[in-house]
Amino acid sequence: MTKTVNQKAWLFVLPVLILVAFNAFIPLMTVVNYSVQETFGDNTFFWAGLMWFEDVLHSPRFHDALLRQLTFTFTILAIEIPLGVAIALTMPRRGVWVPVCLVTMALPLLIPWNVVGAIWNIFALPDIGLLGQVLNGLGFDYNFTRQPGAAWFTLIAMDVWHWTSLVVLLAYAGLVSIPDAFYQAAKIDGASGWAIFRYIQLPKMKRVLTIAVLLRFMDSFNIYTEPFVLTGGGPGNSTTLLSIDLVKVALGQFDLGPAAAMSLIYFLIVLLLSWVFYTLMMRNEDS
Amino acid sequence: MATITLSALRHSYEPDPSRDEDWALKRLDVAWQDGGAYALLGPSGCGKTTLLNIISGLVRPTEGRVLFDGRDVTDRPPDQRHIAQVFQFPVIYDTMTVRQNLAFPLRNRGVDAATIRDRVEEIAAMLELTDRLDRRAKGLTADGKQKISLGRGLVRDDVNVIMFDEPLTVIDPHLKWQLRSKLKELHQRVGRTMIYVTHDQTEALTFADQVVVMNMGQVVQVGTPVDLFERPRHTFVGHFIGSPGMNVLPCEGLDGRHALVGGHAVAVANPDPGAPARHMEVGVRPEFVAFAEPGEAGGLPVAVTRVRDAGRYRIADTRLNGTVPITVLVDEDTPIPAEDARLVFHPDHTRLYADGWMVGAQPGGAA
Repeated sequence: MTKTVNQKAWLFVLPVLILVAFNAFIPLMTVVNYSVQETFGDNTFFWAGLMWFEDVLHSPRFHDALLRQLTFTFTILAIEIPLGVAIALTMPRRGVWVPVCLVTMALPLLIPWNVVGAIWNIFALPDIGLLGQVLNGLGFDYNFTRQPGAAWFTLIAMDVWHWTSLVVLLAYAGLVSIPDAFYQAAKIDGASGWAIFRYIQLPKMKRVLTIAVLLRFMDSFNIYTEPFVLTGGGPGNSTTLLSIDLVKVALGQFDLGPAAAMSLIYFLIVLLLSWVFYTLMMRNEDS
Repeated sequence: MATITLSALRHSYEPDPSRDEDWALKRLDVAWQDGGAYALLGPSGCGKTTLLNIISGLVRPTEGRVLFDGRDVTDRPPDQRHIAQVFQFPVIYDTMTVRQNLAFPLRNRGVDAATIRDRVEEIAAMLELTDRLDRRAKGLTADGKQKISLGRGLVRDDVNVIMFDEPLTVIDPHLKWQLRSKLKELHQRVGRTMIYVTHDQTEALTFADQVVVMNMGQVVQVGTPVDLFERPRHTFVGHFIGSPGMNVLPCEGLDGRHALVGGHAVAVANPDPGAPARHMEVGVRPEFVAFAEPGEAGGLPVAVTRVRDAGRYRIADTRLNGTVPITVLVDEDTPIPAEDARLVFHPDHTRLYADGWMVGAQPGGAA
């Protein structure tokens, strides 16, 4: 066999490479560039070494934002993954209700993110919003624009409403791909409903759930638009997540160096935690 | 252990079956003796899997009853029928080890740990899985996984019948033969009733003592492999079983003990006494057709169109009157006449069929 070398193939990859270069690689390198320099305006830059990284890592403000971010992400994961699986389990596997359920489930995913924030902002307003009115009517003192607890509750409710569907759809895809023979064998083996879930459904959903966890982790860790529209990070700094804080530093204060260093640290945390999740969930595969 | 009786069974997947084609299973009555090795043989879509699922309780028949030792179990779910089933594609519990897989049906039934351990070890030894007991079941090859599926049926001592739904589909060809003889050996060892569904005649004939042949939702014949070969009750059995299949020749009429084929008289074992209006055919297997000796009188004059070598014998394709194909099996040493080829049929194995059914046998096909 002779190997055909066709250098022309590179030409076809070129557009993608250019696109990736301009929308990802070059901006990232610009950020790296800013993160090691100091500027006093007038477009003059001075070498700053790792100073900004040290600053950010020692900054209580960054620690607080990171802690809030982790709390948010793990809370929504702890709610959305089990809830998504539970809803997927109750959905019909065949029949006329399947498309109805799927479309209903997909609806929240189709709404633009800033609109989701606006919907929930109005929905939860204590004076005119349905949720705010109902909660106050039931005797709860609820005002998410003033109470950090209420703001967190609203933020998490909004994310669960917006994104649980994604987990449902992924889990459902995993469920319907299980051949009937598995359920029949389990019936013959006398397995209980719990055993069927534990030994058939859950293992067969594992791959899609891994994807769901990773997607939800990354997206929730990078979340910006919805909390920005809903609470703007307030009241006070109580819902200032990492991305909101970052935008405040970069665009509010125009501190390019610290903002760049923070971005890189932020990026590395997402990368690291994604890797940890993936490794943990896949450690028993293909052994 | 039980004798399984299917009584006046009919099944349709349509909500409101009216036409004949609506029935996936047409009326059938079959009895499966305790401890027998059965094969359920038929082409894809003939209703074999439906029948299997009715016995196992995964499908409830539209009409008729399923009896285990005379007890009506028609409305019982699979886990109350004490049956085991091996599916076409290996069903194993991925996250468990081989040992846990084998123990699973016993654990679900609340058997104590010591008994489980002994049973699992015993069955693993029988299936040659002992060295892999503590490996993850997921890592095994397809044949290993099918053994686990079978093992989950064998560990239980309350199993009335073990059913196999084309279990060798995903097994490598060179392992198929091994696993098949293993099954045969296990059947003799454990003495459980086994029903083996397949569309492969070799699998059916080597595994089973009794073969149930199905076609178009109907049982066409129940018999030993020899019965099916020597006395096919239906032309379908004739050409579905055997390679090459039975010759089925159009028959113009009867003349005493002879049938008329292409204007020639052929002796048949079962001349029909009456009802000549039906569509008549003569069936004879290629094994029972021979070329007439040069000096021998009579025979059907044919033209040899092709000769294929099949190893220990040759297959000659011939034509009667230029149109009716007749296949002949010829020994390696027997010469095939170059001209004036005439065929003689073995009279004991040449039979008359009316509307597909062997004349003299009852249509309906029950055992």
